[in-house]
Amino acid sequence: MKIAIIDYGMGNLASVQKACVSFGAKAEITAHPRGLEGADKIILPGVGAFGEAMHQLERIGLAGAIKNKIREGILFLGICLGMQLLFERSQESRGVKGLGILKGKVARFQDNRIKVPHMGWNTIEIRKSKFENRNVLLKNMRDDSYVYFCHSYYVEPKDKTIVRGTTDYGVKFASLIAKDNIFGIQFHPEKSQMVGLKILENFINL
Amino acid sequence: MLAKRIIPCLDVKAGRVVKGIKFKKLRDAGDPVETARFYDNEGADELVFLDITASFEQRKILLEVVRKTAENIYIPFTVGGGVRGIDDIRKLLNAGADKVSINTAAVKSPELIRQASQRFGSQCIVVAIDAKLVHSPQSVVHRKLPTTGYRLPTKKWEVYINGGHTPTGLDAVKWAKKAARLGAGEILLTSMDCDGTKNGYDLELTRAITKMVNIPVIASGGAGKLAHFYRVFREADASAALAASLFHYKELSIKEVKRYLKSKRIEVRI
Repeated sequence: MKIAIIDYGMGNLASVQKACVSFGAKAEITAHPRGLEGADKIILPGVGAFGEAMHQLERIGLAGAIKNKIREGILFLGICLGMQLLFERSQESRGVKGLGILKGKVARFQDNRIKVPHMGWNTIEIRKSKFENRNVLLKNMRDDSYVYFCHSYYVEPKDKTIVRGTTDYGVKFASLIAKDNIFGIQFHPEKSQMVGLKILENFINL
Repeated sequence: MLAKRIIPCLDVKAGRVVKGIKFKKLRDAGDPVETARFYDNEGADELVFLDITASFEQRKILLEVVRKTAENIYIPFTVGGGVRGIDDIRKLLNAGADKVSINTAAVKSPELIRQASQRFGSQCIVVAIDAKLVHSPQSVVHRKLPTTGYRLPTKKWEVYINGGHTPTGLDAVKWAKKAARLGAGEILLTSMDCDGTKNGYDLELTRAITKMVNIPVIASGGAGKLAHFYRVFREADASAALAASLFHYKELSIKEVKRYLKSKRIEVRI
């Protein structure tokens, strides 16, 4: 099992890599499209701004490479900003096109009674599905488990059926999505202690 | 619902955990990575490392500590102390810190907050504020209440830098607002009056700031009893409460604090 963790200068990857390795995967950090060749799975982590991230991905030719790989059916996990980049656009960086693999946009928390960034531990409510395979990442997980969030924007997918987990922070937003070979999680599994590690393990074991 | 966070703070000097009582006397409390792992298992929601004497040589040791910590624990941690500019922030983030806290450098050059938050994202830029009550009579600002016309004395706190040694003349509440406006993702607020006293967090100071900024505030300084945690969340609206010696010397455990808070209906991660 070889996992490519994409490094585009946005946030640290040590914890993600270490977690993957602890579950027996070979996890390589790569900043080049070539690094995706031969990988069984791709993880796109990331913190920071949407526009800057897209700019970096395009500059090193990774935007196109990621799209191709996903089209070919590779198992893909976007974490935090890495999940948001899958969508068409974000309120954070107007005029910047996202990867556009999923339909929808990224919005900012508007309610001024809440503190932004949404920072800390919050729960995920698992959307029940009769299709077992849609909840594979949440296998062996309790509903309302705490995970660690750190973000000011959240995704609004056009197709609501891809939402597999939601979180309440003034608004009920999509904190976990799954569509075919594509997974996205808004929280940080690598910072969510046992629960987060379980999710990464589930992804690695797919 | 978003849980209130309990954060142990590890003061680090030359790669070892120490705790300064009132910023002065230091006692050794162990190896940072071991301590971090211990708190991770105990249920800490986050960790803060404060490098209290950041000389150039010790900086390398700190980066090594950060690297080892990132490899060993799976909860977020913040690193601060002696951060001078963008380059220091980048190094710490690259070594594996989730957030970097800036204090003196931010006061000296507020633009650093803007630059850093644009470059790395607001979520990883914490502005640490050490504040102390101003006692001189002129400092008490009288504000007219719009409804009654009565004048209400309002307390004022001054920002200190260089590890609490240098007063700046800055008003802590105004500074917090400015930091938030410049892009800080969080404020780590230490009351110098309460720090080390174990008489409770500075509720007035904390409330004054949580009311004025729309970013999370970590209250620090003064925790000594279970009730102190409850009050800072319920009465001062802190997003997180930080403590050091209390946890290091096992006067209270994080588990105890969380169980207590839960029994008082404060949302915590257990």
